[in-house]
Amino acid sequence: MSRASTAAAEAAFRDERAAVLATLIRQLGDFQLAEDALQDAFAAAIVAWERDGVPERPGAWITVTARRRAIDRLRRDRVLGDRVQRLRALAEREGEPGDVSPEEPSSVADDRLRLIFTCCHPALAMQARVALTLRSLGGLSTGEIARAFLVAEPAMAQRLVRAKRKIAVARIPYRVPPDEELSDRLAGVLAVVYLVFNEGWSASGGDRLVRGELCAEAIRLGRLLCRLMPDDPEVAGLLALMLLHDSRREARVDEHGELVTLDDQDRSRWDRGRIREGERLLDSALRRRRPGPYQLQAAIAALHATAATSQETDHIQIAALYEALARHAPSPVIDVNRAVALGRAGRVDAGLAILGPLLAGPTLARYAPLHAARADLLQRAGDAAGAARAYGVAAACTENAVARAQLERRSRAVGAQPPRATGEPSAETM
Amino acid sequence: MPQYMLLIYGDPADAPGPEQQEAQMAKWMSYTDELAQSGALKGGNALEAIDTATTVRVRDDETIISDGPFAETKEILGGYYLIDVPDLDAALGWAAKMPNIAYGSVEVRPVWEIPEPPAQA
Repeated sequence: MSRASTAAAEAAFRDERAAVLATLIRQLGDFQLAEDALQDAFAAAIVAWERDGVPERPGAWITVTARRRAIDRLRRDRVLGDRVQRLRALAEREGEPGDVSPEEPSSVADDRLRLIFTCCHPALAMQARVALTLRSLGGLSTGEIARAFLVAEPAMAQRLVRAKRKIAVARIPYRVPPDEELSDRLAGVLAVVYLVFNEGWSASGGDRLVRGELCAEAIRLGRLLCRLMPDDPEVAGLLALMLLHDSRREARVDEHGELVTLDDQDRSRWDRGRIREGERLLDSALRRRRPGPYQLQAAIAALHATAATSQETDHIQIAALYEALARHAPSPVIDVNRAVALGRAGRVDAGLAILGPLLAGPTLARYAPLHAARADLLQRAGDAAGAARAYGVAAACTENAVARAQLERRSRAVGAQPPRATGEPSAETM
Repeated sequence: MPQYMLLIYGDPADAPGPEQQEAQMAKWMSYTDELAQSGALKGGNALEAIDTATTVRVRDDETIISDGPFAETKEILGGYYLIDVPDLDAALGWAAKMPNIAYGSVEVRPVWEIPEPPAQA
């Protein structure tokens, strides 16, 4: 077997897999059968392309071959109740003139959207949505997904099988939701993509390389969604947000693998290309005048990304954006970030006033970023002893050893030194 | 078309008080009518209160009968509909319109389809 034909088959499958799978699932009406048939077609391609050369349109070749292999599988399968109907439908498709011609670009795009919405259906558990999306639309293998999420490979394989079985048995429809459901369902899809990105971005463990792969996959999915749904400003907002965060990838980890806070990052190492692309996307999204949580978060990220230094960052504007964000999706995390931004803008009292009610409530008593934010504000207000105590509380609430050590260092440093404008406790700063 | 069971759960403590019972009953009637008119309705019933439940098991040829439900939970099964709709989204749509949905919950379960016997060779 020549290496060239194997390499050609591998390249074709990498490039075309998601699109072919999306079309096959529609034609076969069965997720698992489509995947199995695609696997068969891959094996067939290595042999046939060695013999006949690589076809002109590998994607079309794979689709047709996979469909024929699916028919073989259906004929062999004696249990499937409706196999007669399905075989008939597939046989009719085989007879269509111009069968090998590629499908209309619009119909291929529609299939891809159907696949995204099916993988992200709310009837599936969130973990299953993420795994299924990465496996079906992304380029990750089951093993890679398992490693990225610190799950044993058989367990991840099982999760995927169970999800596909639920799609088949419960009949989750293979379609783009109707208009009245679209905005809710799209929000669910965007949440899956952003979760993939955050999983890659967070330093909470796992193989760092695979985690970087997750960010790249999320951005790739974001680009795909932007191509498929060019008129939705939140889709563009999410991609802009991910690009703007990702621009700091190189600068946020030092040579020892430790995280570097935003203030201390070497801004010359930020990826200007990503920042420009993110800004461009965000500008065109905002022009549609339908702001949403992703556009607002992207706008905050853009203000950080385009400031020459951390002192020159427009913190007043950032605080205002957090306020707008809290109106869309109220959350204590947003309130904490807004308080920190106000503090950095010199409005320490306003920041502390926002934290007051959160500190009084019982639910956030052990929320470390809240105490770290309070410490930061107290330090700015000149209350070194109070800041040291608050950092101490934050450290006591932190599980992660590295983060805890960092907070303890801060607590000691603040207690020992006169106040200076530093310290970066919030979630938005990494 | 696939069939789904809509299993209606709720905590009786959360149910509307007696003064609203008539209005609530009217909602159930109109919901059932709507299901019937759409052609989706295959069956359904409300169940008597949980304190009328009896659980039966046979172990080692001995029939064990006990007072009460199979599992003690706050949310109890109060009734069901059997519906016939094209896909899960349609079933979820009907579940979301259930008159108790604001205080109870509905479990949507596909009905197992008995596979056809293998074709004669």
